[in-house]
Amino acid sequence: MKAWLIIGSLLLSSVFLVISCENDSSIEFKRYYTEGAQVYITHCQNCHGTHGEGLLALIPPLTDSVYFKNNKTTLACSIRDGMKDPLIVGGKGFANTMPQQVLSPIELAEVITYIQNSFGNKLGLTTVDQVQADMTNCK
Amino acid sequence: MRKLIFGLLVVLTWAACKSGDKKALPIYGNRQAVTKTVNGKTVTDTIYQTIPKFKFVNQYGDSITNKSLDGDIYVADFFFTTCPSICPVMARNMLKVFGAFKSTGNFKIISHSIDPKHDSIPVLKKYADKLGVTGNTWWFLQGKKEDTYTIAEKSYLVAVSQDSTAAGGYVHQGYFVLVDKQKRVRGAYDGTDPKQVDQLIADIKTLQAEPDEMIVQ
Repeated sequence: MKAWLIIGSLLLSSVFLVISCENDSSIEFKRYYTEGAQVYITHCQNCHGTHGEGLLALIPPLTDSVYFKNNKTTLACSIRDGMKDPLIVGGKGFANTMPQQVLSPIELAEVITYIQNSFGNKLGLTTVDQVQADMTNCK
Repeated sequence: MRKLIFGLLVVLTWAACKSGDKKALPIYGNRQAVTKTVNGKTVTDTIYQTIPKFKFVNQYGDSITNKSLDGDIYVADFFFTTCPSICPVMARNMLKVFGAFKSTGNFKIISHSIDPKHDSIPVLKKYADKLGVTGNTWWFLQGKKEDTYTIAEKSYLVAVSQDSTAAGGYVHQGYFVLVDKQKRVRGAYDGTDPKQVDQLIADIKTLQAEPDEMIVQ
């Protein structure tokens, strides 16, 4: 009886250990993602939709992981400064302008992390440091 | 005794449901009683506020007047193609209304551009194409800015203002205004709220089931 109790409590504590040992980057990712969801609702959802579906041929969807990979370093600039040039997303052309958004570098990093890990995308964390580095090259 | 209570409950529930079914939509706007003589008898009629004459141009370049909507139930809203804030949501929701009624006949949607300077006929056509809107159920209308603002504020939205808490800026608030076959405003719905848009779809069905009355002129 006593042996079982000891084994049980040992097992339980090892589970707790694993949970609390969750590495720092994973916690950081969750923080970015949660904050990013709020930024998305305020600044992006009206046009790009609750599920990042966009609006037919008018507003591009946010489901094209390949587009995000190819434009990794320019995303922060595009979101902050808006977009004017026609672009191809998911094999379809879009020509409407995207208005600029007043967002801080941390908010940009959060919302990029959220978008790139929602709607079928799994592209991991984008940190504020990355965003700040990318923004030195804004046009 | 228990049976009696149960019976009473059933009757009450049925009665409650029945009155729910019969719910008619309110008629908005000013009204006045008019007494007239018909066949020697004095009859009192109620004259309701109706949408007055108008003339705009649609995305195909056709001129659209109040007569173009005779005999139709229709939904009106106000937008502009470059609007970055609420318009995409409104378009998304209006597409739901469009999808529900595009093949029923006697139904129209008219979306007035409040930025006629930018929203020329080709711009409106392109916008409609991008939304996948074809045919003559949904018209995107363009006209003189004053005309659009006047009809918005004096006809569509003053009629529903008793329901609204905010005073100014109706045009930008994204209302979908429901108008019946007699050109009376029967409802206004927040075009950015999917729940209210579902209510609009339900109310259009209620209106379609309403018996045709004499058209008040």
